[in-house]
Amino acid sequence: MISSLTAEKLACARGERTLFSALNFRVRAGQALAVEGANGAGKTSLLRLIAGFLAPASGRLVVKIADRESNDADERGKLVGWLGHHDGLKPQLTVAEQLAFWAALYRGKADAAVLEQVGLSRQADLPCRFLSAGQKRRLALARLLVSKRPLWLLDEPFAALDVAGQSLVAQLMARHCGEGGIIIAATHEPLGLSNESLKL
Amino acid sequence: MNPFATLLLRDVKLAARSGGSAALALSFFALVATLVPLGVGADLRLLARVAGGVLWVGAVLSALLSLDRLFQGDFEDGSLDLIALSPLPLELTALAKITAHWLSTGLPLTLLSPLLALLFNLPGPATGVLFVSLLIGTPAVSAVGAIGASLTLSLKGGGLILPLIILPLLCPAVIFGAGAVSAALDGLGARDGLGLLAAFAFAAVLLSPFAAAASVRLNLGS
Repeated sequence: MISSLTAEKLACARGERTLFSALNFRVRAGQALAVEGANGAGKTSLLRLIAGFLAPASGRLVVKIADRESNDADERGKLVGWLGHHDGLKPQLTVAEQLAFWAALYRGKADAAVLEQVGLSRQADLPCRFLSAGQKRRLALARLLVSKRPLWLLDEPFAALDVAGQSLVAQLMARHCGEGGIIIAATHEPLGLSNESLKL
Repeated sequence: MNPFATLLLRDVKLAARSGGSAALALSFFALVATLVPLGVGADLRLLARVAGGVLWVGAVLSALLSLDRLFQGDFEDGSLDLIALSPLPLELTALAKITAHWLSTGLPLTLLSPLLALLFNLPGPATGVLFVSLLIGTPAVSAVGAIGASLTLSLKGGGLILPLIILPLLCPAVIFGAGAVSAALDGLGARDGLGLLAAFAFAAVLLSPFAAAASVRLNLGS
């Protein structure tokens, strides 16, 4: 299990432009970090950097697992539960098919209880092209749950969700932290947790 | 089910459901094979002579139609990020996608080819060689295509550049495949051509997942 994620003098550059530099933070198991900043400040880039898609221009990202430290991007990626801008859903597949696919790919288990939890049990056999943006977001949340990853990277987790959906997200995040997980969320809204914030 | 088989099955299912990219490739192949005899005329000997080359080129071009979507769909809707973070290595992801593309395009094209060979008056033994050469060679088309598809991933209109990248790389497959059919037609053994084709396909299927995975990684970081 992951015990902390630490950024040391982290810098990110896209092309010629430096998005941020000398970024330091530490998130421990059970904590959440809200990443705030204007559009284009580099919130998504920071998440992609943590996930290992981008390489830092300088500095390091260190994950502590048990009492071992690692700054290997591949190893870190295998801890990440990802909720990105795009929902990663196929219009042709049904809700249940998608969840079963992602669960099998992540070696998790897709049970009906997860769909129930995100409020999609009645839509299980509906192809995703009939889902609203909010329902797609809920399915993406269900995928996050079945992936069973300790380090959640959430990009605008409240986007497209109604009030009930937003409180569901807050509830799921609180539970994840309660179970010793780590959350790093890029957001414009308060997370509703006793979290730290990072301004980019 | 293991992650590899899961991804493979999903891609085959998507190909079957998305308005049938396989059906599109098959229709294109059938149309090309019908147009050539109409253009060349009813010289049966000439038709049999060009059959191997025309059908091989037709099969390669038909397979190309759906190749640009190999990674593109998953890249655009964010699935590729999630697949990259899954326990399945990107190399095996590429291999699963290559296999799914072959099952939904290369294999149906191969199965259709003996029927189209009738339009060219290709004798039985040569038709058999054509069938075997496509069976061996079309996996190489999917594999080499995967390299091109992964390279053009973040380009708008990458589908137009894709053929320029992969068609030159597929010259050996067309030469050996069509050559084997011609050899069979002349009563010479087709074994040499088929052997070289098999070697080419083997190397392509073995090596291209590494190239495609490296290129996908680059694109995810862009």
